[in-house]
Amino acid sequence: MDTETKGCACDCAAAVPPPPVSSLWARGGWLLVALPAWVGLYRSLKPLADLLAFRVLGLGPGSRLGEAVAFFAFDGPKVLMLLGLVVLGVSFVQTFISPEATRDLLAKRTGAWSNLLASLLGIATPFCSCSAVPLFIGFVRVGVPLGATFSFLISAPMVNEVALFLLWSLFGWRIALLYTATGVAVAFVSGWLIGLLKMERHLEPWVMEIPYEAAAASSTAMGFAQRLELAVQATWDIVGKVWPYVLGGIAVGAFLHGYVPAELLARFMGKSAWWSVPLAVLIGVPLYANAAGIIPIVQVLLAKGAALGTALAFMMAVAGLSLPETVILRKVLRPTLIATFLGVVTLGIVIVGYLFNFLM
Amino acid sequence: MKIEVLGTGCAKCKLMAERAEDAARGMGLAYTLVKVTEYPDIVARGVMSTPGLVVDGVLKCQGTVPTVAAIQALLR
Repeated sequence: MDTETKGCACDCAAAVPPPPVSSLWARGGWLLVALPAWVGLYRSLKPLADLLAFRVLGLGPGSRLGEAVAFFAFDGPKVLMLLGLVVLGVSFVQTFISPEATRDLLAKRTGAWSNLLASLLGIATPFCSCSAVPLFIGFVRVGVPLGATFSFLISAPMVNEVALFLLWSLFGWRIALLYTATGVAVAFVSGWLIGLLKMERHLEPWVMEIPYEAAAASSTAMGFAQRLELAVQATWDIVGKVWPYVLGGIAVGAFLHGYVPAELLARFMGKSAWWSVPLAVLIGVPLYANAAGIIPIVQVLLAKGAALGTALAFMMAVAGLSLPETVILRKVLRPTLIATFLGVVTLGIVIVGYLFNFLM
Repeated sequence: MKIEVLGTGCAKCKLMAERAEDAARGMGLAYTLVKVTEYPDIVARGVMSTPGLVVDGVLKCQGTVPTVAAIQALLR
């Protein structure tokens, strides 16, 4: 263990007792039954939703209410099932990674390279916006450059792996990669600019003055069964927390799907409306939603004629910047730095939106 | 025994406090549970991901919420 870090005597992960029954079943054998069952159910969602909307409820196919209900009954379970599987896989991988390990990787870097690395690590590192302040201080105080710290803080909520896999399964790999690559680019350039501006003096004084001794990363050494158990637990936690937002997003989507004529959105969010990108971003910035909650809305916006760049910019603005996060960061950043952060990122997202509308 | 839960009050921090309480009570320990909610106090412990669990001044865990059984192993 590093001498500069105070010992974390122990470990939450390592303290998880081994499963009581050490049978093959408890050690992950259940996955062999659960995964085919998942696939079977997933494939029969569409006929089941149509059955519910048009037979059980007796709504007319083609009617507005019928289409909206069928959309919700199909998309709701579909997105939740995908989300569950994605979060399980991702949580399993994340038992190998911790924010502390990311911090240690970044502490020794300088220059643009540190911004790039921080933006990329932001994709996979587990991050909860409620930890933004301790994480910020932890990074800055062990010598991660301020710019790289921002690159991480911008990338982590905006380009997370859950968003990546959900976009992939709903829109295909092109859009998923496009979103990820441009999100990383926005985080990279914004953090790099903030670094160039040398804004260290715009931190609140206590950030650098408080006595600080970093605690060591929790150890991530454990067996497959333990990792799986932690992943299942994390999946319950996360899906249990975000499902209302996801269903809310799909309900809005279902309404748009059934009731809003395609031409209307095409007029407001289509390519020809030059002001649609900045407007979508300005609406998206103060809104707060998890990436998983915003994707169902984006799906419908696209289907109804919104331009790809406008829709992606909207999603980035909602997921990446939010009013609550800004209020939290105000505890460590002075107004000038907050304004610079918001300004640079907003501008970056608007540019990405225009770029895609222009290219596609 | 002094159990401290570090966190500003998000859902995970509340869950950690509940589980720590269950764990200590289940073991019949004499304990006091303190919720440390101010940023400077949390940061002073060197914690980077909340919630953190501190037992008698020693940081036991940060960033994840262990099960009640796992917390009992940490309290032993």
